[in-house]
Amino acid sequence: MRIVVPMRAVPDLVEEIELTADGTGIDREYLTFVLSEWDAQALEEALLLKDASGAEVVAVGLADDPEIDQVLYTALAKGADAAVKIAAASAAGSLGSAVIPTADRAALLARYLAAQPADLVITGVQAADDLDGQLPSTLAAMLDLPHASVVVSVETDGGSVTVRQEFAGGRSHELQVQMPAVIGVQSARQAPRYAPITRIRQAQQAGGLTELAVSPPAAGRGLVVRRMHRPEATGHAEMLTGSAGDVADQIVGLLRARGLVKG
Amino acid sequence: MVLAEHTGMQVSEGTYELVGKARELASALGGMTEVALLGPRDLAGQLGGADIVVSVEHPALEEYLPEAYEQALLEVLAQRSPRLLLMSNATIGLDLGAALSVRWDAPLAAYVSALEIEGGAVTATAKILGGKVLTEVELPGERGIVTVLGSAFSATEGQLALTPEVVQVAPPAGLDALRMSLRQVFEADSGDLDISAADMLVSVGRGIESPDNMEIVQELADALGVPLSASRPVVDAGWLPKTRQVGQSGLKVKPRVYLALGISGAPEHLEGMRNAELIIACNTDPGAPIFGIAHYGTTVDLFDLVPELVDKIRG
Repeated sequence: MRIVVPMRAVPDLVEEIELTADGTGIDREYLTFVLSEWDAQALEEALLLKDASGAEVVAVGLADDPEIDQVLYTALAKGADAAVKIAAASAAGSLGSAVIPTADRAALLARYLAAQPADLVITGVQAADDLDGQLPSTLAAMLDLPHASVVVSVETDGGSVTVRQEFAGGRSHELQVQMPAVIGVQSARQAPRYAPITRIRQAQQAGGLTELAVSPPAAGRGLVVRRMHRPEATGHAEMLTGSAGDVADQIVGLLRARGLVKG
Repeated sequence: MVLAEHTGMQVSEGTYELVGKARELASALGGMTEVALLGPRDLAGQLGGADIVVSVEHPALEEYLPEAYEQALLEVLAQRSPRLLLMSNATIGLDLGAALSVRWDAPLAAYVSALEIEGGAVTATAKILGGKVLTEVELPGERGIVTVLGSAFSATEGQLALTPEVVQVAPPAGLDALRMSLRQVFEADSGDLDISAADMLVSVGRGIESPDNMEIVQELADALGVPLSASRPVVDAGWLPKTRQVGQSGLKVKPRVYLALGISGAPEHLEGMRNAELIIACNTDPGAPIFGIAHYGTTVDLFDLVPELVDKIRG
């Protein structure tokens, strides 16, 4: 069984996000990019399938994405069998901007998957910046494959997979889906495994990224971004200031007034 | 047009929020509000906010099944040609929105918290990057799809008691040749304790950084004698069980006090705790969206604050 895991990095949400001067994009220069947390979960689920049944796991990324080499080498260090970096054969349209629209991303991946089919495509259910929709179902629609998202476990069973799809409040459905299929993972059955930095370095030194040129897709009918801005708070918290001890005193005072701290 | 979400018995609150917004947009455009109801037709009686209910009935639509819903909706879209399709940005919207965008050939805006008509064009505001950036987009063309965050709009207007016309659409043949099936439905598992019943919650987010640090917030929760809860990233990382997750994909809570530690305030989280009586938030980023709804806030580092709190509470 061949499992392809599309992966990418997104801006680190712990840091402040800078916008470009014209206010229609995020400024890539001052941002730190980290592996999209849902892609980390997707890779873990694929590696669990490999552990259980000996599947081949291929991590795939786009050459125009920030930090893609780091993302793919880390996947190799965690146990992926191969890593492929897809480059658009000529620079076109929006590729190369800070955020590649999902439709363009999916079109490139769909071309790759049409040429080298997978039994299962497992990727993150969403990404922090996928304004025009999520990758799994975009890709599935382009490839005409069955798909399910917000999945919290994937198990293979002959020619099909059994997945658990989650809804608000913890309700879930168990679905049986024929392969080939595309699955959008919310969380893996266990926390993503850790790759020691030494093993990532080893993967880098060994090379092992296959580069592949794919002809770029025709520009689709995307969204027109008018403006990006930071949210303006309608209300705002009263800020407690001073040392950590001062702030703790004020919070304990609030709790004591409500009888939640005795004394 | 709005896609109705339901459990088979009850139409969801989020559906009414979308119907209310759809009525406003339809009135601005001089059109009508339609609701697509897949599955049990008798639920049309709960959709009095619609002018027309478009019903598709088929055994595969009794419970939500991605491929069945997608095929039925494509048939409805082909027959009714709405200007705009509104869906929730929860599981069903994440599952179907982008696929329908490809197959119905319409632009999609996701994570939307505001939606307007400006000079005949549909404009939407999306909350991306964990709610840290608002993006105003225009959906070009004659049709579009919008997936909307929960609690973005009021449900009141969507709960009118009109008598909508029910239009039946024949199920497409594809529903008899699906490539997936529903095996089992699991109801929510309340687990070891019910955080939605707690008087106070100590809740921890991405800012806790590592599983080793969970101990210090657990110590604070123990000192207060209240449960520890978390935002989605902490639960997805496996540091706390799913039964402790607060948010749109977890549980909605309404404690007297909600102490948010290292939680930035992504829309998914805010939806689960915005109704707490008193919200106190600790986050080192002064621009974190959580401060927009918290009553009290501090940018002191949680790793400095929490040990002080434990000391003072233990006396």
